[in-house]
Amino acid sequence: MMNLLVIFLAAAFTENILLARFLGMCSFLAISRQMKTSVGLGFAVVFVTTFTAAINWLLHTYVMVPLGIEFLEFIVFIVVIAAFVQLVEMIIERFSPSLYFSLGIFLPLITVNCAILGVSLFMLNKQGFGFWESLVFGFGSGIGWLLAIILMAGIREQIKEDKIPAGLRGSGITLIITGIIALAFVAFSGMIK
Amino acid sequence: MAFKDTAGGKALIKNLWSDNPVFRQVLGICSTLAVTNLLKNTLLMCGGLVFTAGLSSLTISLLRNYIPKQVRMMVQVLIIAAYVIIVNIFIRARFPDIHKTIGPYVGLIITNCIIMGRAEAFASKNPAWPSLLDGIGAGLGYSLILVFIAIVREALGFGTLMGFALPFRDIWWYQWTIMVMPPGAFFMLALVAWFGNAYVLKKEGGAK
Repeated sequence: MMNLLVIFLAAAFTENILLARFLGMCSFLAISRQMKTSVGLGFAVVFVTTFTAAINWLLHTYVMVPLGIEFLEFIVFIVVIAAFVQLVEMIIERFSPSLYFSLGIFLPLITVNCAILGVSLFMLNKQGFGFWESLVFGFGSGIGWLLAIILMAGIREQIKEDKIPAGLRGSGITLIITGIIALAFVAFSGMIK
Repeated sequence: MAFKDTAGGKALIKNLWSDNPVFRQVLGICSTLAVTNLLKNTLLMCGGLVFTAGLSSLTISLLRNYIPKQVRMMVQVLIIAAYVIIVNIFIRARFPDIHKTIGPYVGLIITNCIIMGRAEAFASKNPAWPSLLDGIGAGLGYSLILVFIAIVREALGFGTLMGFALPFRDIWWYQWTIMVMPPGAFFMLALVAWFGNAYVLKKEGGAK
């Protein structure tokens, strides 16, 4: 139990998928302009990373390793993710059309959101992860991403009216703020040995 | 006709400088930014990226009339994934030490928005030769910026380049730890985006 908690905290804070590993930057930069869509996309990412990590772990352990086709892992993972995103898209469209329209193009783009594939790949890089560890790792990583995008969206809504040098507007200032948030997250690294 | 006036040459040059994806939109930095604290790793990743971008654009362009519209994205991703697997196997075989540190990031080339973006925007509509050059141009334009970031980060963070100590390292040098850590990459990229944007704004302002 303790072990799972450590994995969760490490994935969400010390090894934050966005702030320490730079994954999922594209949609982060584009979407964090608005709080509402950020929260929506953030939860979609949490949901997708958790389940794809678990599914991919199962496939890798029980199908690819016994058959000796680990080199195909990239293709298998990306297909699993694409299929899963399609499912999430249909669910959101059915239950929350307004969210569906505001997320627009970014829902299908979760497929090529590096964070999702990254979680699955990093999961394999960790030695000795079992099923539950992988599930928790996926969940923690997703939560880390959600946390980062909510922080960013909150800050960006505050600075909307501020005077910013023309060249820095948009991605420039967002990256600087991300850097500062990342700096704050570095402080978490003492938390877990 | 000069090379730069052909369709392919134009695409190559456009991606390299005036429409550079990182300058203009800060796209596709995900997979490679993480390895920019060492120049050697960056060069390897960029090599893989240029290879994948060029050849996947070529393949997608050759197959463009046979791919059904509805499953277009999926087919493109699979083509890109196939080339990334080749890159991954090559790096694992030739540079096993580096592969241990950058392994997962190599796989992430698949989800690099630039490759996908070029495939969708250019290769799926244009003939093979310009598409190949367009892909290579996008890859190189992107590498240009990452190599620049890597040079700054490695020089300030470790006092080395490609693993060799710089001359000033023994005389006067203070380690910028922040450059080795992730925030350093964010700040460097912000600077690049700033200069890129300012340059574009100035040019547009001048044209008016």
